[in-house]
Amino acid sequence: MTVTAIRKDPAARTMTLEAEFDAPAERVWQLWADPRQLERWWGPPTYPATVDSHELRPGGRVEYHMTGPEGDQPKGFWEVDEVEPPHRLVFRDGFANDDWTPNTEFPMTTATVTIEDAGGITRMRIESEFPSVEAMEQLAAMGMEEGLRQAVGQIDAILAEEPARR
Amino acid sequence: MQIALDHDRLFGALADATRRDIVRRAIDGQEGVAELAGHYSMTFAAVQKHVAILERAGLVTKRRIGRRKVVRTNLEGLRTARRLLDQYEELWRDRVARMTTLLTEGTKETDR
Repeated sequence: MTVTAIRKDPAARTMTLEAEFDAPAERVWQLWADPRQLERWWGPPTYPATVDSHELRPGGRVEYHMTGPEGDQPKGFWEVDEVEPPHRLVFRDGFANDDWTPNTEFPMTTATVTIEDAGGITRMRIESEFPSVEAMEQLAAMGMEEGLRQAVGQIDAILAEEPARR
Repeated sequence: MQIALDHDRLFGALADATRRDIVRRAIDGQEGVAELAGHYSMTFAAVQKHVAILERAGLVTKRRIGRRKVVRTNLEGLRTARRLLDQYEELWRDRVARMTTLLTEGTKETDR
């Protein structure tokens, strides 16, 4: 497993995850910066994501929808705050209504992504911050519904069927 | 006794290092407020105040054992706080697993 550390701070309502990849920082950045790559890891296999627009610049928006097993298509978006390729990305992640306006029934989380060279490997850190405890609860409950407890083996199998993209 | 867990209180109570330490010590449920106060360089009243905050948050309860009153951690309260973050952790762990798969495929592609 490439996840090297998880720090959870219930009091600050943050979770920080650190992972190491055997790839250059520029390549790891492409996972976020290339919409075709982003949609291959953002959603679980049961709810694959399709990126509809992708403006990765401060003040820009990324819009995506996911497609569920019943054909349901929940929409989501990012409001991008900071972009420093290939090292730093800050965005707020929320759910959208059918017309892409923010769905205010659901909370937004702020994600700060840091990507740095660490002697031949690349270290990525994601810090997620929740606006409130209720927000954490709500999102955790949704995550369960979307079948996030998929076996990793099954995920790998599905991804392996598709040709690799560059 | 049924304890309603107020989540903002719960996380607020856990925000303080002394209170987190009290919660750890009180898992055994053998000590009263006076004994707990002996572990810290603060007044009995200050420790009593911390215990009261933890009690209101549902993180500890006071139980009577014979003539003594002991402070005991309510594990259910602790688990609630952990559970929420655990579920979010799983979401990101799964995403990182998929990222890794993508990167591995990319490397293979380059080698060809």
